[in-house]
Amino acid sequence: MTNEKPLLEVENLRISFPTRTGVTQAVRGVSFSVGREKLGIVGESGSGKSMTGRAILRLVPSPGVVTADKVSFQGEDLLTASEKRLRDIRGRRISMVMQDPKFSLNPVMTIGAQIAEAYRVHSSAGKAEARRRALEMLEAVRIRNPERVYGLYPHEVSGGMGQRIMIAMMLIPNPDLLIADEPTSALDVTVQMQVLAIMDELCSKRGMGMIFVSHDLNLVASFCDRILIMYAGRVVETCRASELHEAKHPYTRGLLDSLPRLDDTRPELPVLTRDPAWLEG
Amino acid sequence: MTVQTHSNAAGDGGLRAWLTTETPLSRRQARLGRAYLGWLTFTRNKLAMIGLGIVLLLVVMAALAPWLAPYDPYTQDLSNRLMPPSAANWLGTDAFGRDILSRILYGSRLTLMIVALVAVTAPVAGLLIGTVAGYLGGWVDTVLMRVTDIFLAFPKLILALAFVSALGPGIENAIIAIAITSWPPYARIARAETITIRKSDFINAVRLQGASKVRIILGHVVPLCSSSLIVRVTLDMAGIILTAAGLGFLGLGAQPPAPEWGAMIATGRQYVLEQWWVATMPGIAIFVVSLGFNLLGDGLRDVLDPKG
Amino acid sequence: MITVKDLRVTFGHGADAVAAVQGVSFEVKPGESFGLVGESGSGKSTVLRAVVGLNHDWTGTVQVDGKPQARQREKGFFKSCQMVFQDPYGSLHPRHTIDRILAEPIAIHRLGDADARIDRVLRDVGLGPQFRFRYPHQLSGGQRQRVAIARALVLEPRVLLLDEPTSALDVSVQAEILNLLKRLRAEHALTYVLVSHNLAVVATMCDRLAVMNRGRIVEELDVESLRRGAAREDYTKQLLRASQGYDRAAADSFRDFA
Repeated sequence: MTNEKPLLEVENLRISFPTRTGVTQAVRGVSFSVGREKLGIVGESGSGKSMTGRAILRLVPSPGVVTADKVSFQGEDLLTASEKRLRDIRGRRISMVMQDPKFSLNPVMTIGAQIAEAYRVHSSAGKAEARRRALEMLEAVRIRNPERVYGLYPHEVSGGMGQRIMIAMMLIPNPDLLIADEPTSALDVTVQMQVLAIMDELCSKRGMGMIFVSHDLNLVASFCDRILIMYAGRVVETCRASELHEAKHPYTRGLLDSLPRLDDTRPELPVLTRDPAWLEG
Repeated sequence: MTVQTHSNAAGDGGLRAWLTTETPLSRRQARLGRAYLGWLTFTRNKLAMIGLGIVLLLVVMAALAPWLAPYDPYTQDLSNRLMPPSAANWLGTDAFGRDILSRILYGSRLTLMIVALVAVTAPVAGLLIGTVAGYLGGWVDTVLMRVTDIFLAFPKLILALAFVSALGPGIENAIIAIAITSWPPYARIARAETITIRKSDFINAVRLQGASKVRIILGHVVPLCSSSLIVRVTLDMAGIILTAAGLGFLGLGAQPPAPEWGAMIATGRQYVLEQWWVATMPGIAIFVVSLGFNLLGDGLRDVLDPKG
Repeated sequence: MITVKDLRVTFGHGADAVAAVQGVSFEVKPGESFGLVGESGSGKSTVLRAVVGLNHDWTGTVQVDGKPQARQREKGFFKSCQMVFQDPYGSLHPRHTIDRILAEPIAIHRLGDADARIDRVLRDVGLGPQFRFRYPHQLSGGQRQRVAIARALVLEPRVLLLDEPTSALDVSVQAEILNLLKRLRAEHALTYVLVSHNLAVVATMCDRLAVMNRGRIVEELDVESLRRGAAREDYTKQLLRASQGYDRAAADSFRDFA
């Protein structure tokens, strides 16, 4: 990573949800920065990792309350930006890929129409130009028959192809930062690898930054450059992916130890015992 | 790990703790605790509490009519006919000089009887038919659903008319007619829910224990369908009351001199311009009771069948 | 203990027919833990459901505990063979207490002594008596899965079929459940058939495994060979490489095995 300014800086992010019985703190003071690199955010359910990703684009559902000392993207404050400015940024500068294409692709529009629309929303291109670019993008995500797929509906393609289409749609406006929220968790393991290879290639070719949110520690360790580990709304550890095995925080160590591995011949897996002290980071 | 000890007579604090404990010690305690939590959710809804109040008021009126009514509802006093509301007759008198307030109070018994009998027969029949059809599928489903369709095809009032003209007018026959036309929607709801439930893993699990179909339907499917059915029945009560009133209005339900509210409106119809109270008072009674059931049903839905 | 010969399962009819399982055969010895690995659509869960009797549309031979099974199982079968499902949130009846869930099989088979059996089986899976009268929504995912395992054990079966028992659980809870399953197998001398898409889980839990793709068994191997990466078939080798974390060069070389 070079010494240029980071793309995104987040300081002291806090997200809370009022409920009937009190206030639930989903994220409690998270700070990090992302440059033109792949940052992984790893955590289990309830760690606040998905909320963190969504908060950047102000997509936290109400009644969630988001506060932070700083959420700045290329110098621009995202927390106080107007709704119109945010709409310009979403898609054009920061894009988001979510978990299940079944739920994130519009079921009543053809695939080609959706991708073309994503392009035209952020540029002044005409229909023919948009179609051409959409076909180019479908090829870039290694879909073998882009003309045919252009006219299909989302329910007619497999999960892996749906996710590749999602990536095409999200990258066509050429954003600077991609937020991926469990993009491969719903996919088979070989398809997972192929989709990650596509994301890897496109991001490095375009010099994009990527935030990769996942529960799969090993996957993130092998795919990303840096890793953040979240527990109960806090970041408990930050390290380079290559140095994960020298992690210091007991939660990280406990998680790493308790994962079953192919080369592991232990008769019993060590079980993670939660220390209440971890809640304080 | 603390073990909850419960004392039954420790006063309100003790009972509340017993009901809301995290570790119930018996099935009864667990079930009561759950009902209590449902009750707490219900009481948070002011409108629903109003609905409950109205329904309870109906029950009280019906139970205590002989003691609450100032006059006998059948005694005629032709010198006192069509008197406006006054200190002597709070809601006025009708064409035969009978006190309208007393007639409404006694009429609440008929309304309650209609509501109770229909609520006990139609949904139960619909639930059984729907769950059996939904769970067994195949030709049983087809036959039962076609039968349901046949009954659904009849407009309520027309079938009631046909029934009553075959069996003769009277409130019991009116109730039977209403019940017969009310069960098909419940069967449909129950069937739709059963079809969804049928595929779940917990049903598979109990099939894998060798449970008979009867055990599965009665013990596992019905408890899950009954909430939405209870809500639907409560919301339908208003319509049932109105249908009974309609039948009464047409002279096919309760027969004179029974103080059924619909029949009262019918006889009061001719005086509606000058002596408006004769028709309007029972009309207001019907309106308030229907509203009460609607509010109650909405409140029950939030507790039993929350979606969101 | 379990013999499956030429199992075939087809869904749908005529032009829409999908051959989910096409001629699968394998054997599981008593006390063994056998893994069925595959990606989605491989047919592994369908095989399990045919063996346990949830699916009635199969052809071929299925023998459990020496007895050949017909499409409709008789009640006694369920005392020897039980199943644990994938989703802990969907496999327990939301309106029944844990006590009722565990008492049901006892009542169905008229075993009697319900209290003692329920207490014992709850202790076996590491849940204390304080859980007995709770409802499923008051339990965590890991606790629910323990209840599901307890339910499967109440009838004291000899065979346990496990359909992705930890896939829906948090990573930190997975280890507990896997350890529990291992301990129970040793204590009760159970035979396991474990279906999973995760090779690491299968390596931890099983002695032997079969790899499935598109309704057929591609290869059978023992876990030792799996650990050494000594697979014969290309499909298995590809699956092994994909399970070892992201590698750009490897991912680029993956192909579709139709």
